[in-house]
Amino acid sequence: MTDASITTQADGGDAAFGDYIALLKPRVMSLVVFTALVGLVAAPVPVHPYIAFCAILFIAIGGGASGALNMWYDSDIDAVMKRTRGRPIPSGRVGRDEALALGLALSGFSCVMLALAANVFTGLFLAFTIFFYAVVYTMWLKRWTPQNIVIGGAAGAFPPMIGWAVATGSVSLESVLMFLLVFMWTPPHFWALALFMRSDYDDAGVPMLTVTHGRPATRRHILAYTVLLAAVAFGTGLTSIGGPIYMAVALVLNALFVIGALRIWRRDEVMAEADNYRVERSFFKLSLIYTFLHFAAILAEALLKPYGLGGW
Amino acid sequence: MPLTREHELHRRRRGLNTGLGLVLGAFVVLIFLLTFVKVTSQSLQFPDNLPGTSAATPAGEG
Repeated sequence: MTDASITTQADGGDAAFGDYIALLKPRVMSLVVFTALVGLVAAPVPVHPYIAFCAILFIAIGGGASGALNMWYDSDIDAVMKRTRGRPIPSGRVGRDEALALGLALSGFSCVMLALAANVFTGLFLAFTIFFYAVVYTMWLKRWTPQNIVIGGAAGAFPPMIGWAVATGSVSLESVLMFLLVFMWTPPHFWALALFMRSDYDDAGVPMLTVTHGRPATRRHILAYTVLLAAVAFGTGLTSIGGPIYMAVALVLNALFVIGALRIWRRDEVMAEADNYRVERSFFKLSLIYTFLHFAAILAEALLKPYGLGGW
Repeated sequence: MPLTREHELHRRRRGLNTGLGLVLGAFVVLIFLLTFVKVTSQSLQFPDNLPGTSAATPAGEG
């Protein structure tokens, strides 16, 4: 290899270690880790702390693998959108084939390791989740239907169920309710973002509800999902994973969330553009802490239960 | 002054190789500890029909 060839490759962008980490979408991974951990801790069956650590790690790697597969398939869209233009593939630092290889290798690795560390059911559950996100959402629904966010949101909602399954080896009402909590939260969260980030999704040609059904319809959908989400949140509080702390958190957050959705529903585009989507932006910000605080409350109930403080 | 000048590319490759090496090393430690925990946990049960176990040895033999 000559010095000239080295210079050429450097200009083309040889990936650094951090670029491969970026392929795994670490920010999404943090939500996966947290909700899976809460599902695991809230389960009624104790798990050895080290096995719990390994299980959460393999779930996180599985989540990262699906992120890499998503970036591989969506690199054309990512190159168009401002928000995603700097990702490793569109910026030229990592090749598409490399992202595909990393995604497939880590998918297989994480599922097998989770099955060995916890149980086979959990390993299969993780495999299904990766399939759901990479194939059903990314390859099939995202570019085809404005309901992409609704159905694709399921993939992000599975981790607490997987965490629960690590401990119990099964599915139960509580784990389904934790799934629904994330599942019902995803549409209003993303549609609020789509309301004030319109040009990005328009440019990419992704059929977002704002584009296909109009913005007034999107506002109505946000309200409907927020009301349903509140019902799920209170329902969760009545099960064995709920308690007074959770109910207090749910009461405050859902009141604020429903009020925010009502304000979004009452507004039109003229009003929104007049104040640069202030209400939509504050609703989106609230949605960021909404899930975190609900799951933190479930975690608090589970951790305080042995001391006679948490739970009903 | 060294004869060969280090290029930015070399630095990134070294970072990548070091990172990958550390990940592989951490994986070895992870699996070792996981095996240790699994073997020493109470839930681990050996099959009854393994050679040398009491269930596999016919009565009156040995």
